[in-house]
Amino acid sequence: MTATHGLIEKFERGLDAPICLTWELTYACNLACVHCLSSSGKRDPRELSTAQCKAIIDELERMQVFYVNIGGGEPTVRPDFWELVDYATDHHVGVKFSTNGVRITPGVAARLAASDYVDVQISLDGATAEVNDAVRGAGSFDMAVRALENLAAAGFSDAKISVVVTRHNVGQLDDFKALADRYGATLRITRLRPSGRGADVWDELHPAAAQQVQLYDWLVAHGERVLTGDSFFHLSGLGAPGALAGLNMCGAGRVVCLIDPVGDVYACPFAIHDRFLAGNVLSDGGFDNVWKHSALFNELREPQSAGACGSCGHYDACRGGCMAAKFFTGLPLDGPDPECVVGHGVPALAAERDKPRPRVDHSRTVMLTLSRPPERPCNESPI
Amino acid sequence: MPAHTVGSSPAVGAAGTPAFDPARCWRLHPQVAVRPESFGALLYHFGTRKLSFLKNRVILSVVETLADHPDANSALGAAGVSDADKAPYLDALGVLAASNMLVCNDIEEIR
Repeated sequence: MTATHGLIEKFERGLDAPICLTWELTYACNLACVHCLSSSGKRDPRELSTAQCKAIIDELERMQVFYVNIGGGEPTVRPDFWELVDYATDHHVGVKFSTNGVRITPGVAARLAASDYVDVQISLDGATAEVNDAVRGAGSFDMAVRALENLAAAGFSDAKISVVVTRHNVGQLDDFKALADRYGATLRITRLRPSGRGADVWDELHPAAAQQVQLYDWLVAHGERVLTGDSFFHLSGLGAPGALAGLNMCGAGRVVCLIDPVGDVYACPFAIHDRFLAGNVLSDGGFDNVWKHSALFNELREPQSAGACGSCGHYDACRGGCMAAKFFTGLPLDGPDPECVVGHGVPALAAERDKPRPRVDHSRTVMLTLSRPPERPCNESPI
Repeated sequence: MPAHTVGSSPAVGAAGTPAFDPARCWRLHPQVAVRPESFGALLYHFGTRKLSFLKNRVILSVVETLADHPDANSALGAAGVSDADKAPYLDALGVLAASNMLVCNDIEEIR
C-alpha cells in the first residue's frame, strides 16, 4: 500500500487536469427526487448553449480529461443531448451519463449499443417500486426498468444501475445485484449526500450506524465487481487498509470537479454552494484557467488540517470524511464526518447546527414529499 | 473517482502478477490514452473504462516505446533498465497486459 499512498499524496496536491469530471447539462428534470443533490426541476434560462458546450469539450480534449460524467437534471431532455454526446466521443472525451430512463426508447438503446465510448447509468433507489418510488416519485421504478429492458434487448452490454444507498434500500443490496445481473448490468452504489434537496431528507434517509457496517461488509465481500465512484471512503476505517476497493480519497478540486448547467465550476458534484464555487467557464477565462488558477482549488490542494480528528487513529484511513457531507449538515470542515465510523458524528449532529442553504435551487414549486415505505404491506393504513 | 486497478506493484497501480513474455513484441492497445504526469502517467482504456497509473517516468518511457522494439526486453534495455532492476518492470507490464492495456503484436499476427 505504500506505493499507493505516495500516489494519493500526489493526487491530493492536484493534477494539471481532472481525471474525470461531472458535468450537469441542465437543471430541467421530469422527476423531483427528494434527495436531488442539484435541487433540479426547472431549466435555468442561462444554461450553456450548444456552441458553448462544444467549446468546453474542445478544452477538455486539449487537457486530456479522459471522460465526463454527464448528469443534471435529466440530461437527455436537452434537445442537443445526443449531438453533444457524439461531439464529445468524436473528440476523445468519453461519456458516462446518468438518466432516469425517460428517453431510453428502443431506438435510442439501439443507437447507444452501436457506440464503444458511451456508458449509461440508470438511477434506481429501490430494488422494488415501493422503496424506489417513495424517493424518486410514482412510476419512476417502471420507467428505469423499461430503460434497462430496452438496453438489454438492443444488445447494449454492461449498463450501470446507479443506486444511492439509504436507510430503506441498504437491505436490498443483494436484490439490486440480482436486478443488475438480470439485465447484464453492473451495480454502482454511492453515498447519500445532504446536498441540494438531500439536506432536507438526509436525517431521515441516511443509513443508521449499524447499517453503515452492514454496507461496508457487503462492499468488502463484493469487491471490484460493484462500482462505488470511490464514494464510501469515510467508511474505510472500518477495516484493514485497502480492504475497500478504490483510491478512497476526496478528489474535490484535486482530481475531479463539477461543471453546472450555467458553466459554474464547483469542487465536486455534492458541493453546489458559493463556499465551493471556483469560478465560471464563461466569465473566468475558460475551464482550464478555472481548474488551474482558482483560489479555492489551490486552497484545496494545500495540506488540509486534521482539526478535531487529529488524535484519531482512523484519520489516515478516512481523512476526516466528506467535506460536502460536513458542510451541508452544518458541521465544521475540520471535524468528523456526520457518518464517522467511530461515532464522533453523533454528538456533533445532536448539537446546535446551522445548516447552510444553497443559493441555487431549481426545484419546481409542487414537490414530491418523502413517503416512508411501509415495513410490511399491512403496516400501511388502508385509509 | 473510480479507480479499478490500484494495488501494491511498485511501478504500476494494479494488483496481480500474471505471466508476461518479454521476448514478444508488445504495444499499447489502440483504445488506451496516455496522459503524462509529474509522478509518471495516467492510462485510461476507453474500451474497458479502466484507469491505471504508471508510477515513474521510466515505465512511461518503456510503455510508450514498446511498439518500436522487436520485444519488451529490448524496450526495457533502451529505457535504461538493467537486468538486475527488471523484475518490478516486468511485473508492471504483466499487470498492464492482463488488463488489456497492452496487446501482443506476435499473437495478433498468428490470428
